[in-house]
Amino acid sequence: MQGLSHLDDLEAESIQILREVFACFRRPVMLYSIGKDSTVLLHLLRKASRPARPPLPLLHVDTTWKFREMIAFRDRVAAEGDVEMLVHINQDGVRQGISPLTHGSAVHTDVMKTQGLKQALDRYRFDAAIGGARRDEEKSRAKERVFSFRSAQHRWDPKQQRPELWQAWNTRIREGESVRVFPLSNWTELDVWEYIRREQIDVVPLYFAKERPVVMRDGALIMVDDERFVLREGERIEQRRVRFRTLGCYPLTGAIESQADSLDAIIEEMRASRSSERQGRIIDHDGASSMEKKKQEGYF
Amino acid sequence: MAAGMLRFITCGSVDDGKSTLLGRLLYDAGMLADDQLEALRRDSHKRGGEALDFALVTDGLDAEREQGITIDVAWRYFHTARRSFIVGDCPGHEQYTRNMATGASQVDLAVVLVDARKGLLPQTRRHTYICALLGIRRVILAVNKMDLVGLDADVYASIVEPYRALAASLGIESVSALPVVAPDGDNVGLRSERMPWYQGPSLIELLETLDVEVAPAARFRLPVQWVNRPDQSFRGYAGTVCGGRVAVGDEVLVQPGGRQARVERIVGPSADLADAVAGQAITLCLDRELDISRGDVIAAAAQPAPIADQFGCHLVWFGDAPLLPNRSYLLRLGTATVNARVTAIKHKVDVNTQAPLAARRLELNEVGYCNIDLDRPLAFERYADDRTLGGFILIDRQSNATVACGMLDFALHRAANIHWQHTDVDKSTRALAKGQQPLCLWFTGLSGAGKSTIANLVERRLAAQGYHTYLLDGDNLRLGLNVDLGFTAEARVENVRRVAEVGQLMVDAGLVVLVCVISPFASEREFARGRFAEGEFVEVFVDTPLAECEQRDPKGLYAKARAGQISNFTGIDSPYERPTAPELHLHAEGQRAEQLAEQVLAYLQGRLG
Repeated sequence: MQGLSHLDDLEAESIQILREVFACFRRPVMLYSIGKDSTVLLHLLRKASRPARPPLPLLHVDTTWKFREMIAFRDRVAAEGDVEMLVHINQDGVRQGISPLTHGSAVHTDVMKTQGLKQALDRYRFDAAIGGARRDEEKSRAKERVFSFRSAQHRWDPKQQRPELWQAWNTRIREGESVRVFPLSNWTELDVWEYIRREQIDVVPLYFAKERPVVMRDGALIMVDDERFVLREGERIEQRRVRFRTLGCYPLTGAIESQADSLDAIIEEMRASRSSERQGRIIDHDGASSMEKKKQEGYF
Repeated sequence: MAAGMLRFITCGSVDDGKSTLLGRLLYDAGMLADDQLEALRRDSHKRGGEALDFALVTDGLDAEREQGITIDVAWRYFHTARRSFIVGDCPGHEQYTRNMATGASQVDLAVVLVDARKGLLPQTRRHTYICALLGIRRVILAVNKMDLVGLDADVYASIVEPYRALAASLGIESVSALPVVAPDGDNVGLRSERMPWYQGPSLIELLETLDVEVAPAARFRLPVQWVNRPDQSFRGYAGTVCGGRVAVGDEVLVQPGGRQARVERIVGPSADLADAVAGQAITLCLDRELDISRGDVIAAAAQPAPIADQFGCHLVWFGDAPLLPNRSYLLRLGTATVNARVTAIKHKVDVNTQAPLAARRLELNEVGYCNIDLDRPLAFERYADDRTLGGFILIDRQSNATVACGMLDFALHRAANIHWQHTDVDKSTRALAKGQQPLCLWFTGLSGAGKSTIANLVERRLAAQGYHTYLLDGDNLRLGLNVDLGFTAEARVENVRRVAEVGQLMVDAGLVVLVCVISPFASEREFARGRFAEGEFVEVFVDTPLAECEQRDPKGLYAKARAGQISNFTGIDSPYERPTAPELHLHAEGQRAEQLAEQVLAYLQGRLG
């Protein structure tokens, strides 16, 4: 018998996890961040429920600082009409005028992303939130469960996580408690790109190299995406051929100089790459083990 | 070229240099990016070292970095030109049997580490035993720290030979061994030049070429995970094939019920399929309408799975509270979830020597061989043949914690030989003759709360109205039926189980039964409830504050408990888990027993027929 390929194996595992959510939770949702991982997740979600439409909605927590091309991409996905797209913005944060440029990445991420997410989960009373996190992204994620248990206050307690044996997941929760579910746990960044290529999945164009207006700030190449970006003394906008490895809020996302303008080129570049994926994310550098702390507070 | 992906675990203690080996493995495979290497250099310096401390690559969480130990299974990912790998880093500490079992359940291969200076330790035996118990059949033995024994071939041989014998005795089919020096990378990525006496492959070469393809079980099995039924036009049974192959047109059997059907359509992830094999996530459509739900197994009609509700099995206990025989837990096997009780701990296993030991309970990280009873039969396979239909978890009904994993060995046929004898006169006939609706009033509460007093008043009134009643008093039963039981947690579980069974028989006989037992644990009250039909079980919580019970102390028991003359006394040194949703909650403080009895009678108004 011919064994399944490595990508077939990962695909089947993810579909099994998604179906477990369909079967075991009353109010599941998929967190949709518009990036490549979310895009793969949505693709798998559609596969898992074939020939029916996905039996759960998507939720985008909009920080109001995403790249314009991301929002356009999100709206195109929503227009396809087979899944419901919920968008939540933390209006308290908007009223306070929270901005990554003036409040810094830590405050902005906490208010617009972490608090915004909690608001949305409480508002819709979701009991399972599916996310695109992978264990290979960051050290503190290496021990994350596929079904990660959260208290009624959305807190992640490393000591309360359940052992996961085989595919015999324990999905039981009490009223008010919830789980975060990570169907891409065992995927690597390279797997994601190879799968996107194999399945010919459309992704946000920002992943492909192109001349873009950027500013060098604190060692990172920041793209000037709209007029809210104010230049500091001595900064100037240059056109550089860049692309993004991860996508988030534009003032917090560093671009890399690259010539990779196709999936083949991206995969080739990644195989030769000498830097890790999250390097471009400014929030990870806020403090030692900062991701672990954010997770305990309820960040995805 | 080896196809697909290899999943393996590493086992050994911190002292064996396991984290270092893993870090070195990732480094040699070229998986550490420049920024990660920079962070590693920085962290190594912070720890006062000049050379790179590869252990820091994999030690993730703050808590363990501070304690210098790995507290949970960490999964890492790497690839070479030939294969992709997922590696679970399993901590080797004494108390972490749980993590080893968790890691081992996901993989087909284990790398066992041994410190060349120390040779085989009890933990080496323990790790190998747990790997074998969880079904791993191939092991790579890495003899580390060879530089500290002078790179001596004889030392190496003196470890490898006895290990092969040990592994074989535990059921490991194949052992590959190699000498390594993890920090320097000898035989990790490249073959060592310092140990020319070793002619075999490096660790990475071994991992790339080892064939771990497990022969998939030949018989088709699909545990139904989710019924996909968006509208009247489509009904499909989604799940992951765990054994064999299925094709359109095949005859299948839905188990445990045994209804037969033909496969009409196989929906794959991208398109319809002509056939599907183990590992694929598919959706089956059948040629006729059957009532199939999650937990059923669709199997090849010619080769159905065995069905049973009693098993012999190995259990690895994870719970902080011990396993109590006869307590009801939830059991998940495949996609089915049922109620289960461990009816007997045949013995526990010393994980260091595998010697069987007598045991009345299983504590955290202990392994035992047990008999287990389910409340309904399931299709299963022996764990050795099929991990999916032979491996299960137990879930605590109150906390929802995963408290054990188990591996089915074989079905016990006691139940199969004892059939429920049909009787023509049934409960409704008997109830009709008595002109009443039978039910069970279950009074729970602390000792001295007033359960018996209230129940006695209620029974007198019911009897006066012509109802046929019986009062089952916990203390009275302990003088007869339960005279063999003490007051440990295990004994309390069994006590309540027997009272529930007797109460159920009496309700079946058509009686109105009043049960008075402290029944301190929510699990057992839930079990009792499950023995009765809907609406037949009325939980009455006699809620009297501990202080008031202690002041009343009608039998002088609280005084004795406080004086330390009796132990395991509920409310003093043994817990009482308050009911969260009783049918009747009697707030007893400051109320006379007559008033409380009136509340019970008011509740019963119209319910006794």
